[in-house]
Parts: sequence; C-alpha cells; structure tokens
Amino acid sequence: MRLRNKKAKILAVSSGGGHWIELIRLSPAFQDNCTIYVTVNESYQTYLDGDRNTRFYCVGDVTRWNKIKWMLTAFQILWILIKERPTCVISTGALPGYMALRLGKLLGANTIWVDSIANVEELSESGRRIGNHADLWLTQWQHLAKPEGPEFRGSVI
Amino acid sequence: MIFVTVGHQMPFDRLVRTVDEWAGDTGRSDIFAQIGDTVFQPRFISYDHRLAPKKFNQCIEKADAIIAHAGTGTILTALEMGKPILVMPRRAKLLETRNDHQVATARYFREIGKTTVAMNENELRSILDDIKTLKSNDLISSHASTDLISAIKNFIIENNK
Repeated sequence: MRLRNKKAKILAVSSGGGHWIELIRLSPAFQDNCTIYVTVNESYQTYLDGDRNTRFYCVGDVTRWNKIKWMLTAFQILWILIKERPTCVISTGALPGYMALRLGKLLGANTIWVDSIANVEELSESGRRIGNHADLWLTQWQHLAKPEGPEFRGSVI
Repeated sequence: MIFVTVGHQMPFDRLVRTVDEWAGDTGRSDIFAQIGDTVFQPRFISYDHRLAPKKFNQCIEKADAIIAHAGTGTILTALEMGKPILVMPRRAKLLETRNDHQVATARYFREIGKTTVAMNENELRSILDDIKTLKSNDLISSHASTDLISAIKNFIIENNK
C-alpha cells in the first residue's frame, strides 16, 4: 500500500540578502514537510524562530572566482546532503544553491531552481547553467520563459 | 526617523555620502545608516557597518522612510512593512556591483508603483528635499504569489508519492 501522507524532506538553499528573503517568501510551499535551510549567514537563523519543522545550517559564502572557498563550500553542502538525505532540493540562487542542486541530483533528490526576481533582463549565470539539472526550472519573468525552459509560474511578489 | 541601508555585501559610499551631506546642509538629525564595510565615515548621521537581521528589521519598522540600494531583499522587507522606500541602483561601471541588475530591479518596482527611484546623486538629493512627500505603500503579503507557491507545492507532492 502506498503511503499517501509521507512527508517530503526539503533542503532549501540560498545565498544572502535578496536570495534569502525570496526563499523565505516561498516557505509556505514547504509547510507540513521537514525543511532544512542552508544559507551563508549564521544570523539568518532568527528568521526561523519558533518553527519546529525546520533545521538550519550555515555554509561558507562563495563566488565563482575563488576556487578554494568554492571547494570547501561544496564539501560542506555534500556533507549536509549525505547527513540529511533530502527528497527535494530547492534554491533561489546563487552559487551555493547551484552546487546543492547538482550534488542533490546526483544523490537522487528532485531539484527546483527559482531564478531571483532581480534577474529581470537575463537569467543569472547559475540560473542558466542549472537548466539541465533542475526538474522544475523557473524564472520569475514571463519574458524570460522559453518552450524548452525555464518556465514562468509566478513570482515572489 | 530615516533609515539608510546598503546591504551587507558591498559598501555604497555614493549613496551614504549624498545623504550625509544633505543631513549636514539641512540639519536633519534623525537619520541612521547601515553602511557596510567601508572606510568612509559619515559626519552628520549616525551609522553602523552591519546589522543583525532582528536589528535591521526593527530599523525598517521604526523608520518613516527608507533610503536604500536597489537590493530585492531590502525592497521586499520594506514593502512587507508598508514603508515608503527610495532606492538608488548600484552601477557596474562605478564598481559598485558586478552588473547593472539593480537598475532593472529599481525600474520594475517603480513601474508597479512600489518605490521611488533616484538614478544618480542629483536626483537623490532633490527627492531628499521632498522626502515628506515620499509615497507610503500598501502592505504586501509576506509570501510569494499564490501561483508560484502552488506550483512548487504541487511539484513537491507529485514527486513524493
């Protein structure tokens, strides 16, 4: 018999600033499931106060340009993925989210990319490259949607 | 109180300096700024380099007006509390950010009637002179659009069977 009410385990990953605020604005979509937030700023934990269904990890902030930091953050994310075994990985960007989706996919999770609303004129670099690895690949701009993806399904505002 | 914020990634002295000079000229003393990791020291306004999220949100809540870089995090937080917000976008050519995405962000929020935009210091200065007339906003919901929430929620449910 299929378990109809099996809970999903969601890994929700973002960089700081707007990426994080956008991720938090998506949080009603994760409700009723166990959600593990991964971001780059320890103090963001206060946003989750009082929510028992969540856990929080902080990883090193990283940009494309620093190879060593890049590797360290990738290992931190890999460790969290192996420990938590999420069924779904979602990110609003940027690079740590890209790495989490790629690694999560290898470990069998479903992946969702929501490109930031700040990318009005073109997709972010991470957002473009993640296309083949995101099971649900979204832009927040109708004019950036294409038949082959990404799709437009609404925005964080 | 006027709250000035440039986010925590990079400083944005061009914005802070303009507000600081304006405060010096007008004698306005109720301005608090979060200025990032910069060597620039404002002379007429009080400031802090970084603010923890709780303190940051308190500043937004207390403010009558917000003056900020055009970061989506700042704009969305201000709109969630219905605060009037004036933004000046960072420019790539001035090495204030990697690309001009803040220009597009500022234009979008202006188009939907949610922010006032100054494209440069002169415009900022003249809007500051009329700061009292800055348009306040209806509160926006604290969540993403229902369409986007349902799309993600359904995807999670479908793939968890």
